[in-house]
Amino acid sequence: MNQTTQHGFEPKIIAFVCTWCTYAGADLAGTSRMQYPANVRVLKFPCTGRIDPVFILKAFQQGADGVLVSGCHPGDCHYIAGNFHARRRFAAFRKLLEFIGVDLSRLQFSWVSAAEGGKWVEVVTDLTEKVRAMGPMVEFKELALEEQWSGVIDTPELKEAYNAI
Amino acid sequence: MSRIGVFICHCGENISRTVDVERVASEIGKHPGVAFSTDYKYMCSDPGQTLLKKAIQEQKLTHIVVAACSPRMHEKTFRKAVEAAGLNPFLCEMANIREHCSWVHENREEATLKAIDIVGMMVERVKKNRILPTITVPVTKRSLVIGGGIAGIQAALDIADCGHEVILVEREPSIGGHMAQLSETFPTLDCSQCIMTPKMVDVANHPKIKLYTYSEIELVEGYIGNFQVTIKKKARSVDEDKCTGCGVCMTKCPQKKIPNKFDQNIGMRTAIYVPFPQAVPNTPVIDRENCTWFKTGKCGICQKVCGPGAVDFEQQDRLIVEAVGAIVVATGFDLYSIAEKPKGSPIKGYGEFGHGKIPDVIDGMTFERLASASGPTGGRILRPSDGKEPKQIVFIQCIGSRAREKGISYCSKVCCMYTAKHTMLYHHKVHDGQAYVFFMDARTPGKSYDEFWRRSIEEEEAVYIRGMVSRLYQKGDKIVVMGSDIAVGVQVEIEADMVVLATAVMPQKGADTLAQKLGISYDKYHFYSEAHAKLRPVECATAGIYLAGACQGPKDIPETVSQASAAAAKVMTLFSKDKLEREPIVARVREIGCVGCFACKKVCAYGAIEEKEIRDRQGNLIKVVAYVNPGVCAGCGTCQATCPSKSVELDGYTDEQIVAMIEAL
Repeated sequence: MNQTTQHGFEPKIIAFVCTWCTYAGADLAGTSRMQYPANVRVLKFPCTGRIDPVFILKAFQQGADGVLVSGCHPGDCHYIAGNFHARRRFAAFRKLLEFIGVDLSRLQFSWVSAAEGGKWVEVVTDLTEKVRAMGPMVEFKELALEEQWSGVIDTPELKEAYNAI
Repeated sequence: MSRIGVFICHCGENISRTVDVERVASEIGKHPGVAFSTDYKYMCSDPGQTLLKKAIQEQKLTHIVVAACSPRMHEKTFRKAVEAAGLNPFLCEMANIREHCSWVHENREEATLKAIDIVGMMVERVKKNRILPTITVPVTKRSLVIGGGIAGIQAALDIADCGHEVILVEREPSIGGHMAQLSETFPTLDCSQCIMTPKMVDVANHPKIKLYTYSEIELVEGYIGNFQVTIKKKARSVDEDKCTGCGVCMTKCPQKKIPNKFDQNIGMRTAIYVPFPQAVPNTPVIDRENCTWFKTGKCGICQKVCGPGAVDFEQQDRLIVEAVGAIVVATGFDLYSIAEKPKGSPIKGYGEFGHGKIPDVIDGMTFERLASASGPTGGRILRPSDGKEPKQIVFIQCIGSRAREKGISYCSKVCCMYTAKHTMLYHHKVHDGQAYVFFMDARTPGKSYDEFWRRSIEEEEAVYIRGMVSRLYQKGDKIVVMGSDIAVGVQVEIEADMVVLATAVMPQKGADTLAQKLGISYDKYHFYSEAHAKLRPVECATAGIYLAGACQGPKDIPETVSQASAAAAKVMTLFSKDKLEREPIVARVREIGCVGCFACKKVCAYGAIEEKEIRDRQGNLIKVVAYVNPGVCAGCGTCQATCPSKSVELDGYTDEQIVAMIEAL
């Protein structure tokens, strides 16, 4: 994602949405020709209940600066109760993210119905602006780099340990 | 090696105005795995689809991405086109570059880069798409109808008239339900029995309807097209095959003073009885709680007088299993009893109205029985206490309904109309009597309804008082009704001979238990929930189960009949094919990884997950794993996100596909 840097830093926002409410809400924003920042990339799921917290970690690891999770309003789930399971799951997951030191302002949960094109625009714009002000998310990028460690032993400590074996 | 074809649509100018489509096509053409990339003015048009089909065949494409509008718009169109060209439809994905890109961004450079990203994501995703065969489920073309009121009768007759077998189950000894209890019906004042009993007889005589009365649903297993229902046929103590319905047993039974529930307990019946003379089937039932034989082991007069020898004291409850493909739930309503405060219910009761204590304070259904020609008084309006004709009668509406502080916030819908009808019936039968009605609002939407209500005031001389009643009390043989007339702003006190309360319509008792057996959802009052309030009002969220009548919410007769016919039409739609086809977006279990924790089973809202035993060749149990029934699974994927060992996967939304998309960014 190579954004033109008209604001200096263009954040990368990934949105995980359900197909019945929020995806349709985003479609409505389109049909109504509303405007919002081009930073968001949308991933469609049948239901927020399908969204595994691992995907959020994966998104941060892949360089996302902000993640949005959005589905049907409580009680409106197309699959009866999927969004309640999601809500409970993410309530626990947020604590975990906080514990490992991720600024929770980068992770937004919201309910956007198929009729709320305007709310979709608002949520996406707010998150983009908030994350832009926060600057890039470096923690996970560093971790990602570590994961791709080349295997070359180059620090004196590691060399010493290696020789000792 | 995949050969992916990418087709970028201009959508006239809708996309190409802000997105440089040629650049997107050429950039995506460089993407690994993409064998063919092009753009076209209208991909969804006939020439556009031809271009797609030709490219698939000529370029030997294996996967397709169409970058155009929202998949909610044209995914079906393109998947069909891809299928026509010989590819599995689920190897085609759409990239939404219109609603999510060109329409919402103005900067051409930003929009073009975003479009490249979106298409790139879908290219990575489609590489991981698998061939998904359409799932077919066999359909048993028999249906179960639960409840033998007007809703169940209408649904059963409609389905049976289409030539499919119907199992009709009724809890009471006779079908007919509440409509059989009514005297006359609004807004035409035709006699309820006259229009209802022919339909009841039709049910009994229909060669395609199998009727189980005095029976209840014990267990429901299976899924759409393939339900197994266990029905408990309670012991009638009378052999239905032998009984001729002559009724001698009932005339000879010495127990004659048992309150008849059908007559709202104001009429009496014997211990061996049919609830009302037109009952279907016309086979009596022995009420074992009140029968002398069952209480003391003596008597047995009915058995002695029965010519065909149908009375059988030894009869036992029987369990019957029936295989059906669809279920219509038509369990109807019950009336709110203001004397009761059911445990665990939001209902708070109306102690101040004396119902259940003052004998001449009755509910609307009791008034129906008094007014009915076949009722306990032969159609004369007489007070239950002393049998005198009431000269001043007060009707009070909204008892229970629309009273949030009493626990019910909804409107019962039928009371305004039936109270208007009661005032008319009263005026027709007691010419010198006066009817008063306390009401909050008169709600009369419906064909010829408002005219009917006005007639009760203008021609039948009912006095309507806007306001609620605060207290009722007995004074001599009168009931003093204290209320307010808010239109005039004065307190009103009426010395009435009888008071009729329009009590709220509520679901049948035990509606929640039945819902749990069926696996359908219900609201806090225990009314059953439809799949969508506007667009799927007769279907349950659980596939293959349909709703008819007041079990879903308060309804009058025309609405109930309409919904019952609609439910029958839905059943017929299901039965129109031998096999049910459905989208293969369902979860699947990898048995090797499954540890049998059944966390998936707990979160599944559809009960689609079953336990499956895995055995070795000697038949020893190795482990118990989860199994997803593809006929029941709705494809939400909650099980997959819940599974701790990642052993269940939702086809079409696998972890592989999602991660490929995230990694493409």
